[in-house]
Amino acid sequence: MNFHGWEMPVHYTSLVEEHLCVREKAGLFDLSHMGELRLSGDTALATLDRLISNDPSKLEPGQVLYSPLMNERGGIVDDLVIYREGDGFFAVVNAANVEKDERWIRDHLLPGTTLENISADTALLAIQGPEAETIVNTAFACDHGSLGNFRYWDYVWNGIRVRISRTGYTGEDGFEIYVSAGAVQTVWNMLLKEGQPHGMQPIGLGARDTLRLEARLPLYGQDIDESTTPLEAGLSFAVAWDTEFLGKAVLTKQREEGLGRRLAGFILQERGIARSGCTILDGQGSPIGTVTSGSMSPSLQKGIGLGYIQRPWNKAGTEVYVQVRNRQLKALTHKGRFVQGKK
Amino acid sequence: MANPRDYLYTKDHEWVRVIDGTARIGITEYAQNELGDVVFVELPAPELIVEEGEGFAVVESVKAVSDIYAPVSGTVKAVNEALEDSPELVNESPFDEGWIAELEINDESQLKDLMTADEYDALLEEV
Repeated sequence: MNFHGWEMPVHYTSLVEEHLCVREKAGLFDLSHMGELRLSGDTALATLDRLISNDPSKLEPGQVLYSPLMNERGGIVDDLVIYREGDGFFAVVNAANVEKDERWIRDHLLPGTTLENISADTALLAIQGPEAETIVNTAFACDHGSLGNFRYWDYVWNGIRVRISRTGYTGEDGFEIYVSAGAVQTVWNMLLKEGQPHGMQPIGLGARDTLRLEARLPLYGQDIDESTTPLEAGLSFAVAWDTEFLGKAVLTKQREEGLGRRLAGFILQERGIARSGCTILDGQGSPIGTVTSGSMSPSLQKGIGLGYIQRPWNKAGTEVYVQVRNRQLKALTHKGRFVQGKK
Repeated sequence: MANPRDYLYTKDHEWVRVIDGTARIGITEYAQNELGDVVFVELPAPELIVEEGEGFAVVESVKAVSDIYAPVSGTVKAVNEALEDSPELVNESPFDEGWIAELEINDESQLKDLMTADEYDALLEEV
């Protein structure tokens, strides 16, 4: 499959098998398509602070922060995972948005900030699942037990510079591992070998999508984009109201007036699968929203999804209907994750 | 898994097994492999009248939705109700237990437009 110019497998074996392997044991992902940008210089913090809704000022070296990258309309340009480095910030961006983000940030650089696009030189692997810690401990001969969530370490393993963070996109415990593009083959092969005794398998893009959906993590381009705000998307945890950022006025107004629509999860109550673009209806058949992500949940064996639903139908436990071809499938809105991680 | 020699095939990777004027229809090994894990099959209503080439069932895998087209015109006489609880039969046994529906054939001459196993094998060589 061609994914934004990267040749990537949708699945290595079976999507469901790979999905359940991550939930029960561990999976290895090649995420080298993701983009990486670096901001440095005396004003890097101020540049970033203005562009993201979260607060980067409290971030210490070794810590990681999730944040929407904002536009002045309150929309989400991208969602970033930001690593505080000694002299700046390392931001992981979605593959489809690398050039857009680079342009956007460059247009808003304060004098004294340097922006570098290091995507081509940076490879990203992830190990996710209940066995992940055991595997990385053995693989890198290092105890990662004290590496907390949203924390990272830089070290050298066998002459290879490794950045490892306790982050992920599956809802399970796990790690993301950054190495240079030149070293990734060696590290991949080593991890695959070390993981096999623990039942770890390589995981394709297909299971990545169902895993993140079960964990109710939004996907940029599907659930969030420039026309959705962090409040509508349920990302208010990543909005620091005591900082100034692009689009804050729009968010403030939404907070004061209340949201017209909100991203809500739902679980189908009958057989079938809601897909992105399906209309969501109330009990009388009137449209009240649109599905943005939908799939069969391999863990629950039920159709699950996310969609923007008008108030008040977005409230958890509300009975709604999803139009799938010529059928209207009953669904209940759902708060929080669909599936809890093992750890 | 070899394509059964006594079945007929379409370019959309459906198979047809003709028994006494009835066409049993399913999807091929190649099709199930391309789709991946089948998690839902929308079966046609009994006595539904379908035209050749018309979508009359839907097979959904986790990643994709695929229409199943009627290889010949006819009337739906049976559906494989086992697929309601076990859609994975389409993956596990595409040519046998994973059959989808049976049509009473209107016009047997339409069968001549379908591919033989040899012709279908040749088509798969090209993809």
